[in-house]
Amino acid sequence: MHERRTFRSLLPLAALCLLAVLPFAAQALGQPALTTLATRMLILGLAASGLNIALGMGGLVSFGHAAFYGIGAYSVGILTTHAVAGAPFLGFIPGSEQLVVTLLASLLASGIVAAIIGALALRTSGVQFIMITLAFAQMLFFLFVALKAYGGDDGLSMRRRNAFAGLNMRDDATFYYTCLSVLLVWLAISARLLHSRFGLLLGGIRQSERRMQAIGVQTVRLRWLAFVISGMGTGLAGALMANLGRFVSPDMMHWTQSGELLIMVVLGGAGTVFGPVIGAVALIGLESLLASWTEHWQIILGPSLVLLALTFRGGLARLGKREGR
Amino acid sequence: MALVLEQLLNGVQFGVMLFLLAAGLTLIFGVMGVINLAHGSLYMVGAYAAAFVAQRTGSFLLAVPAGLAAAAIAGVIVELVVVRRLYARDHLDQVLATFGLILFFNQLMVLIFGRQPMFVQIPPALSGAVDLGLFSYPVYRLCIIGVGLGTAGALFWFIQRTRIGMLVRAGATHRDMVQALGIDIRVLMTFVFGLGALLAGLAGLMAGPLLSVQVGMGEQILILTFVVVVIGGLGSVAGAFTGALLVGVVDTSLRAFLPAILRGMMNGSEADALAAGISAMGVYLLMALVLLIWPKGLFPSHA
Repeated sequence: MHERRTFRSLLPLAALCLLAVLPFAAQALGQPALTTLATRMLILGLAASGLNIALGMGGLVSFGHAAFYGIGAYSVGILTTHAVAGAPFLGFIPGSEQLVVTLLASLLASGIVAAIIGALALRTSGVQFIMITLAFAQMLFFLFVALKAYGGDDGLSMRRRNAFAGLNMRDDATFYYTCLSVLLVWLAISARLLHSRFGLLLGGIRQSERRMQAIGVQTVRLRWLAFVISGMGTGLAGALMANLGRFVSPDMMHWTQSGELLIMVVLGGAGTVFGPVIGAVALIGLESLLASWTEHWQIILGPSLVLLALTFRGGLARLGKREGR
Repeated sequence: MALVLEQLLNGVQFGVMLFLLAAGLTLIFGVMGVINLAHGSLYMVGAYAAAFVAQRTGSFLLAVPAGLAAAAIAGVIVELVVVRRLYARDHLDQVLATFGLILFFNQLMVLIFGRQPMFVQIPPALSGAVDLGLFSYPVYRLCIIGVGLGTAGALFWFIQRTRIGMLVRAGATHRDMVQALGIDIRVLMTFVFGLGALLAGLAGLMAGPLLSVQVGMGEQILILTFVVVVIGGLGSVAGAFTGALLVGVVDTSLRAFLPAILRGMMNGSEADALAAGISAMGVYLLMALVLLIWPKGLFPSHA
């Protein structure tokens, strides 16, 4: 029992070491594309981890988180386009190619959108909540398809990644470490949240909203706050993804993207700190692996997901953990 | 005036198609409490089977039973293998499992029929147009409206007036009681799921000659179907009917009239793009508004 516990506590450390040397290992193995793949995993891990605040902590099944992912990405794309063109956005917001500025802008934009959607969607619950979040995401999807000024259907391309503190962001390894740092900061924040008064109250609301109301907790406001923070995390991931591929398109807001984020959280373990990241790594890893075998990889992935939903309880992050939640 | 009436008929035609899908979806939710994202896949299976038979034999009469049978059989298999295990699960597990089913069915169709869309001719007997006084209207679309309304009537009669329909209604509200009366509720559920699949297949095979039959056709209409079901109130067939006509007419009219209205205000291409965007958003806006006013939909059924 004791050995098991030390083993488990060493796991994150080992994972961190592995992540730290990954670009060098990829270079040494002659597989530089591995670094880009790992960056994608980290970014989607961040997106899933954002969703986890709503889903795992708040018990809010949002089927529309791709909206925040896309809003974050478009914040970067639009600011960068305006910086290049030299004309301010909406006539008064100057464009920028500085990563710090665009990331903050994406946090702000996705936070505002999440605040509005959350305030409206939280009037419903259950299936209606799932569907109303989906409806809002679809609205934004079609809005950006129609926005010809920002590429419409074709999306927006950026000439180069945003600049950050004199680093060479064109280098994939440098960008990888940037994403890794953002992810680690976010995970530290969500770990704090999980064990804070806020996180405990959310857990209470998840178990019995009525009791929490009875002891004077403003349950709707707390859920709304969780939804907003959650949207900001996913928006931040969108901003990084826009930089990774130097491309933004409405496809990032497609409803299947929301579905994939849900799968990552559940696969990894909803309500855990590292679970969503593990889920993202597992899902993208599985997808790339299957895709390298056959072009019809979805015929294997589909039934695997069915099996996962039917048999697997609690997620990868809880494997080997004896005690339940 | 003629144009408005014609678009209204188009809206009703789209509405009854949506109803065929929404009826199954809402029954499945009402009786079993399952969100079935794979409902659009059953529609696609029906469309593909009918298109395949129509192309091979050249006969639309043979294509109809083929499409119905394929969708119903696929539905029953899905229920027995997967959905049956989802009744007691929360909505999140149901969303995940049926999302997996979508990937599976889409890729299965690619494997069997390839990536090229299939096109189906409107059967010659139904290909003309009929003069309605103010304007002439395609016979085939009128037929869809007729079949759709007929099916809706039959479904209401079935649920309200027959013994099995009574059990379906009872199963939705008092599952344990129905079981205590000696009814095998699992058989009843398989039946309801098969019925829903049959209706989806009917919509799919009728859609074949109007749209191209291709992978992904199920998801496009699935999301709209969910909008219909949620607007109508989950579990209510009458709600599904109202919601379907509402969504069908609103969606069609926005697409038909908005570009002209906006072109009066701005230049052509910008107006078209904006109109396309707003019309695509329209039904989702409608749903959001309905839910904000009536959080359980227009016809809320039992708790």
